[in-house]
Amino acid sequence: YLPHWNWNCLTTDSQSEKSAVWIMALSRLSSRSNIISRPLSAAFRRSISTDTTPITIETSLPFTAHLCDPPSRSVESSTQELLSFFRTMALMRRMEIAADSLYKAKLIRGFCHLYDGQEAVAIGMEAAITKKDAIITAYRDHCIFLGRGGSLYEVFAELMGRQDGCSRGKGGSMHFYKKDSSFYGGHGIVGAQVPLGCGIAFAQKYSKEEAVTFAMYGDGAANQGQLFEALNISALWDLPSILVCENNHYGMGTAEWRAAKSPSYYKRGDYVPGLKVDGMDAFAVKQACKFAKEHALKNGPIILEMDTYRYHGHSMSDPGSTYRTRDEISGVRQERDPIERIKKLVLSHDLATEKELKDMEKEIRKEVDDAIAKAKDCPMPEPSELFTNVYVKGFGTESFGADRKEVKAALP
Amino acid sequence: MASLLSRFCRKLALPGSAHGSRMTSTTACGSETVKSLNLYSAINQALHIALETDPRSYVFGEDVGFGGVFRCTTGLAERFGKNRVFNTPLCEQGIVGFGIGLAAMGNRAVVEIQVADYIYPAFDQIVNEAAKFRYRSGNQFNCGGLTIRAPYGAVGHGGHYHSQSPEAFFCHVPGIKVVIPRSPREAKGLLLSSIRDPNPVVFFEPKWLYRQAVEEVPEHDYMIPLSQAEIIREGSDITLVGWGAQLTVMEQACLDAEKEGISCELIDLKTLLPWDKETVEASVKKTGRLLISHEAPITGGFGAEISATILERCFLKLEAPVSRVCGLDTPFPLVFEPFYMPTKNKASSSSSLSSPSKTHIF
Repeated sequence: YLPHWNWNCLTTDSQSEKSAVWIMALSRLSSRSNIISRPLSAAFRRSISTDTTPITIETSLPFTAHLCDPPSRSVESSTQELLSFFRTMALMRRMEIAADSLYKAKLIRGFCHLYDGQEAVAIGMEAAITKKDAIITAYRDHCIFLGRGGSLYEVFAELMGRQDGCSRGKGGSMHFYKKDSSFYGGHGIVGAQVPLGCGIAFAQKYSKEEAVTFAMYGDGAANQGQLFEALNISALWDLPSILVCENNHYGMGTAEWRAAKSPSYYKRGDYVPGLKVDGMDAFAVKQACKFAKEHALKNGPIILEMDTYRYHGHSMSDPGSTYRTRDEISGVRQERDPIERIKKLVLSHDLATEKELKDMEKEIRKEVDDAIAKAKDCPMPEPSELFTNVYVKGFGTESFGADRKEVKAALP
Repeated sequence: MASLLSRFCRKLALPGSAHGSRMTSTTACGSETVKSLNLYSAINQALHIALETDPRSYVFGEDVGFGGVFRCTTGLAERFGKNRVFNTPLCEQGIVGFGIGLAAMGNRAVVEIQVADYIYPAFDQIVNEAAKFRYRSGNQFNCGGLTIRAPYGAVGHGGHYHSQSPEAFFCHVPGIKVVIPRSPREAKGLLLSSIRDPNPVVFFEPKWLYRQAVEEVPEHDYMIPLSQAEIIREGSDITLVGWGAQLTVMEQACLDAEKEGISCELIDLKTLLPWDKETVEASVKKTGRLLISHEAPITGGFGAEISATILERCFLKLEAPVSRVCGLDTPFPLVFEPFYMPTKNKASSSSSLSSPSKTHIF
């Protein structure tokens, strides 16, 4: 079994064709005679495009819909958005690769689940929503946290268990939270976050905020009973909850067809409408999330299935190659990589040159390295933090160390 | 590592420690072939034997087909076929419920819950269905063939959801049995007993010991009786009771105490529900002091039950209050694991006879 994909992305519109011809002419000019044309080419050397005219991008695939009308394939975008997509996704990718090295260096301990390959989902979703909309997900949460406005420093500090981490070093890789951007984390027990997400949606509906909740889960967790309970309740009470199945086709090491009778997760809602989206195409994700938000605010829950892929194994303890071939992984990387796709779009729309993008990547690398260096200097949390935040107050347990002097803490 | 190995081997070699209720394979002493195995291999062997001896037994759970995430089920699917050893989707409640149904039809269902921290969706099935099936049907039906295996306990870096010790929750449910082995040899015998016991059993395996513990394990089919505690170290000054991986820590504390001239008696409870009250009682009546240690949080942990029972039975013989050296009352922490765990230092400072006795809550 191999996941099917078709990618006919590179539909260039006439505008970019024109500019491509223009560039080709220029380059021919400059290469012909160095001495004469150097000042000429210098005059034509441009910085990264700051064009504000809207760009229309076609998604790679049409949407497949269940019980609803799919949105159009044409997505409104802009130069700025394209470039920021590229930049943020490259940042996310670089962050995850750096986390890989840190884990191997034993600076990150415990479990570490990496998101590289799936960046388009995080980015596309962010582009379609506001910070008042809530996101809740399972343990593969580093990039979503970053997308919600978290800083690299907070990410690395939390991964290494330092006190400046986003959860004060007490959560670790699987438990990132960001209250001011309505990011409700970061959960270890899969499936448990979905009813939680529906509860958040209930609160949003109650407070009339015109906000929605995206409850994310994976293809493995899609078989948990509590999802169906949550769906039923959401549909019954018309909650603005959007269930997003990040289908990377493997639940740890189990391929989806071996765990699910119906791997069409977008149809699993039965009476709840669903949409199947190419999760490696940030614009498809953006369009789908926009559509889903409008739908959820009017009509109640909807399921989005993001067809995506992770390059790493399930976690850092999983090589990721015992249940799938290396050819499959490299095939997806070549054909469907989300960052490459954006890069090609940026280049074909002539928003930046290869070199500029490479420079951007270099900057990103430096940013990540700086954040890691800073995080390494951050101290571990105080031992007394072991006892804080179990309850709010009213529980007095004392703990003594072996010599009855140290690590004494009384819960407030 | 080497000391751990020698410790386990030493337990077997000491004839003196084969005392009282230690009826481990006394029949097989000279002619048995033994092999040096770690915990997951011993469990694997037990599963092979169980499936071989009973054609109506099944092993299923998440990822067991390829051997399981801890390698406990390696080779089973290849040997017994996909109809008897198979993967389930990610649904603990479904898995256990399914196992109960299978057992109700007279089969042996050996269910694997990938990590004990994930057992809670199945808690309803275990408590409300498995434990009460025989009782509420007036013995018409039962799910005695059900055995639920789950790796439990701290592993050094497990964090909140890969380190929990939930045994106390299950010890509160009449109708099921709770069994926890301490070493590979014990695990094989206890698992075979649990699978063949005509009651539903929850079998917790200390995941820290999967690779760390190595012991000589007999290759044949043998069972270790349930509900019989074992005195693995004899002493006269204080009784220590524990189970699973914690016994290794407690043994360290015993060795330290010996240096100060305190003779410690160490008891492995093995079966927590129903537990062997008589052995512990006899021991405490001899020594007069009791220390219980477990990784689970202290409040409401199983140590409380042991403490209360021993107090009732041995009140006049006790020279000091019962001491519990346990995990703290917090969620199992991430970076703070070394502070949380009931280490040998905590145990040593508690069992010291020279200090005035107070109940130390660690």
